[in-house]
Amino acid sequence: MADASYLPHEFQYSSARHQAETAIAGMWLFLATEMLFFGALFLSWIYSRHWNQAGFDAGAQQTNLTIGTVNTAILLASSFVYSAGLAFIEIGNKRRLIQCCAVAWMLGFAFLILKFGVEWHGDFHKHLFPGSHFAITGPLSGGAQLFFIFYFVGTALHGLHMIGGLILVGWIILRARRDEFSPGYYTPVAAVGLYWSFVDVVWIVLYPLIYLVGRGP
Amino acid sequence: MSAVVVEAGAVEGSYLTDGVTLRSWLLTTDHKRIALLYLGSITLFFFVGGTAAALIRYNLITPQGMIASAETYNRLFTVHGVVMVWFFLIPAVPVTLGNFIVPLMLGARDLAFPKLNLASWYLFVVAGVVVLCSLFAGGADTGWTFYTPLSSSYARGHVVLTVVGIFIAGFSSIATGLNFIVTIHRLRAPGMTWYRMPVFLWSLYATSVILVLATPVLAMTLLLLGFERIFGIGVFDPALGGDPLLFQHLFWFYSHPAVYVMILPGFGVISEIIPAFSRKRIFGYKFIVWCSVAIAVISFLVWGHHMFVAGTALYSALVFSILSYMVAVPSAIKVFNWIGTMHKGFILFDAPMLYALGFIGLFTIGGLTGLFLAALGADVHLTQTYFVVAHFHYVMVGGMVSAFFAGLHYWWPKITGRIYPEMWGRAGALIIFIGFNLTFFPQFILGYLGMPRRYHSYPPEFEVLNVLSSAGATILAAGYLLPLAYLTWSLFRGERASANPWRATGLEWMTPSPPPTVNFVSTPVVTEGPYAYPAPEIVQHHG
Amino acid sequence: MRLWLPEASTTAPEIDYLILALVLISCAVLALVFGLMLLYMFKYRAGSDVDRGALAEKTWRLETGWTVATLVAFFGLFLWGANLYVRLFQPPADALKIYIIAKQWMWKAEHAGGQREINAVHFPVGRPIQLVMTSEDVIHDFSVPAFRIKYDVLPGRYETVWFHSDRPGTYHLFCTQFCGTDHAHMVGDIVAMPQADYQKWLERNGTGETLAAAGKTLFMRYGCSGCHGGNGVGGNQSGSTVRAPPLAGLYGSPVTLTDGRVVTADDRYIRDCILMPDTQRVASYPPVMPSFSGQIGEEDLLDIISYIKSLAPEKPS
Repeated sequence: MADASYLPHEFQYSSARHQAETAIAGMWLFLATEMLFFGALFLSWIYSRHWNQAGFDAGAQQTNLTIGTVNTAILLASSFVYSAGLAFIEIGNKRRLIQCCAVAWMLGFAFLILKFGVEWHGDFHKHLFPGSHFAITGPLSGGAQLFFIFYFVGTALHGLHMIGGLILVGWIILRARRDEFSPGYYTPVAAVGLYWSFVDVVWIVLYPLIYLVGRGP
Repeated sequence: MSAVVVEAGAVEGSYLTDGVTLRSWLLTTDHKRIALLYLGSITLFFFVGGTAAALIRYNLITPQGMIASAETYNRLFTVHGVVMVWFFLIPAVPVTLGNFIVPLMLGARDLAFPKLNLASWYLFVVAGVVVLCSLFAGGADTGWTFYTPLSSSYARGHVVLTVVGIFIAGFSSIATGLNFIVTIHRLRAPGMTWYRMPVFLWSLYATSVILVLATPVLAMTLLLLGFERIFGIGVFDPALGGDPLLFQHLFWFYSHPAVYVMILPGFGVISEIIPAFSRKRIFGYKFIVWCSVAIAVISFLVWGHHMFVAGTALYSALVFSILSYMVAVPSAIKVFNWIGTMHKGFILFDAPMLYALGFIGLFTIGGLTGLFLAALGADVHLTQTYFVVAHFHYVMVGGMVSAFFAGLHYWWPKITGRIYPEMWGRAGALIIFIGFNLTFFPQFILGYLGMPRRYHSYPPEFEVLNVLSSAGATILAAGYLLPLAYLTWSLFRGERASANPWRATGLEWMTPSPPPTVNFVSTPVVTEGPYAYPAPEIVQHHG
Repeated sequence: MRLWLPEASTTAPEIDYLILALVLISCAVLALVFGLMLLYMFKYRAGSDVDRGALAEKTWRLETGWTVATLVAFFGLFLWGANLYVRLFQPPADALKIYIIAKQWMWKAEHAGGQREINAVHFPVGRPIQLVMTSEDVIHDFSVPAFRIKYDVLPGRYETVWFHSDRPGTYHLFCTQFCGTDHAHMVGDIVAMPQADYQKWLERNGTGETLAAAGKTLFMRYGCSGCHGGNGVGGNQSGSTVRAPPLAGLYGSPVTLTDGRVVTADDRYIRDCILMPDTQRVASYPPVMPSFSGQIGEEDLLDIISYIKSLAPEKPS
């Protein structure tokens, strides 16, 4: 990072660089807490699957592999584009930063539309929400419903985190347009980038748990 | 429109006078003001939880229960547990004494993320309001442990509302812990290496690590519980292939480390007070600080000791028992080291020291009784009885609350710029020590004799011990009300404090009482270790 | 006011010894801690002139010493407690089984001969008793302080405790896992009786039908005999189109599952076969047994299991 000792910083820090590094450290620590949060979900998921394998597989076969895979590609692209934006502001190209953030934002938005507008809509239509009208009956019903509990809770939480991410990326775009970032100062861009990539990582674990495990040949 | 806040006799130019409007308090990012905002909130919750406790002990005066309704009693002990655990014990020292003292002790001007600090207070307040709403609507009837399927499918109280409140409080905890970890890493004064940090900071660091890693697991557990309760199906329901033991594992994975969140800051406070009132450096500094780290690490490995009769495998019980014994070792080392600090010191008996000595005694009793519970064969008999209730009250109340009062008295001059009346302070410490033992010691016996916990009514042969315990509780209550009275009095009429009334070491004493908003006019530079008291033989022979 | 608890089981004195040892160790430690504190509070109070001398510089030997001593003591306590626990939860093979069903807010006990009781358990002294317990709703806990035993009673599975009493008398039975409104009233009496009295009690309280006899009727009614054959001789006989494992002599014998594991067919195993057959398929049999989950109540399940237990193996002719 270019020397930023002349830049303003909050009074408890010794320099702008000190503050910037601390902010990034804080974001990493926050992401660690998120790992424990989703980790508890994944652990419960795997544990429940162990005792209900056949039911979970029956449920997994009802998921929409096409949308799931397209969405994975969308998210990976979105993270990549955002990181490109970060690289651009590091060399001072504000225009490209804004463009990259906008593309990342739109890709994220597309994910949400596909996931909740199309896929969830289809899931509800097929009576896959656990409860009294659940589509799968018979001995595997309990296990399949359990699978779908994890599916809906997991994708809902991930979606909420994505909405948070979209708000943050939008905030970065607004600040960039007001000329608040430069090669000497782009900490918020980096911090939001870390968060955005993390939401991606959560999806990378969700994807096989939902669409691949138990799908069969 | 703004209101003028009553100034409690603040010195010109301190953080207390720097802005007198309500807005300047409610939108402050000054860690010292946030600490006071928190102090007000947790005091309120302490009295809510304490009132519930008073009603519990009142009910248990007679075998058939003074309160006619068992359902009411069940909701009372639930609110007592929920409020005391999440709205008093877990936040208490970190958010009040920690928030105030950590930057001062580090030689910093504020925490790393002051706005996050304010946000954590607002989260705490919102969480508290939600839980109070749940209470006024009738409360929950599951115990603070929310075991399924009782809480998910059978309980008739306001489980979801209570759980939402705790969920929000969890984020307040995480924010505070995150702030402390980053601050301790990044904002130490020049020259303050890790081994020059006072033990209080190491303790809060260890506490914060637990907070940020364990609390998210609770968040997910409560989320899944809420889902199960709202939608009527879920992962903890055996009828659907779910597992009620999964809930217990997830719950205790957080809740066991959480009890170390409660006690570690207390250890830190005691580690500051004993050297100051023995006028001597702490004994075995490196052992003590690494013991805090060891406790934090091992605390994540012992959750299964809450489940020795729950239906887990024999093998797992063996593993958790040996690990539970191991986690007790660092605490024992601390007790020996505190006593070692007193050896050859110059001991003063001001209120903070009396509370600290009471802590050592009561915590040791509580910790020793933990050994009973870690012994598998004994645990089978003692678990789920009043023995466990007595054990955890000895460590939490006899230990943690004593430590909180110790720290509050110790740093009161720094925080408020006033001295509290010393005789009343000592009286309070003594009354609390006596009242506490009278209340809780009989419960060890009750537990051995088989009286179960969470019982609204009980067989008549347990009556005498219960009456003794309830009698002790009235003394204890008086002991807790006393500081509320004289500390408040001191805000208006107390003698003004100098920068270092205890002549203690530590950067927090190098700045005026109360401190200016920026804490230090110029950044201090640290050149020696903590507790740099002169060696006793020098004091003796050179005056 | 009572300050002692009867030691009414054979293991109770052992547990009391462990607790006593812990009390003595605690007293010793407390004497040390309080003693030193009080001593130092007096000897080293600020006003006292006692010569303090130089402080020890190398304290790590002392620190390591008391750390190791603590570890050793704790390890000893762990071994003692663990040994007791392991023996507490390994019931002897010849234990008399009594079945316990917990529900909000009462205890139901069933004896093999069909005798049923509510909030009471009568049993004979002088032999080991094993309780096989389940819950119909939430988690409860069966606790008898006089025997120094307790264990959680879970819905959807069987848990067991065992005890052996030589001391006739009536003792408290408590529920010790919070289970809702009337948790404190879910109490009862566990009654230890001399053998002869127990026999008389059984005769007086018999319903005429043993659990196994009731189970046989249910075995037919639920269609088990359709695949497993009348008297559980196994399938692929005349009258059955399905090859199903024979049940005669099954109880207590080893079973090889499809994943290679060998398990012992105890109460839990049989119950899981009926309710969740696809979690433990028997090797070399087609995986076609349907689940009866939700169709058979706890009491009926116990009857059926009792019937299966009663089926003696076929004598080779």
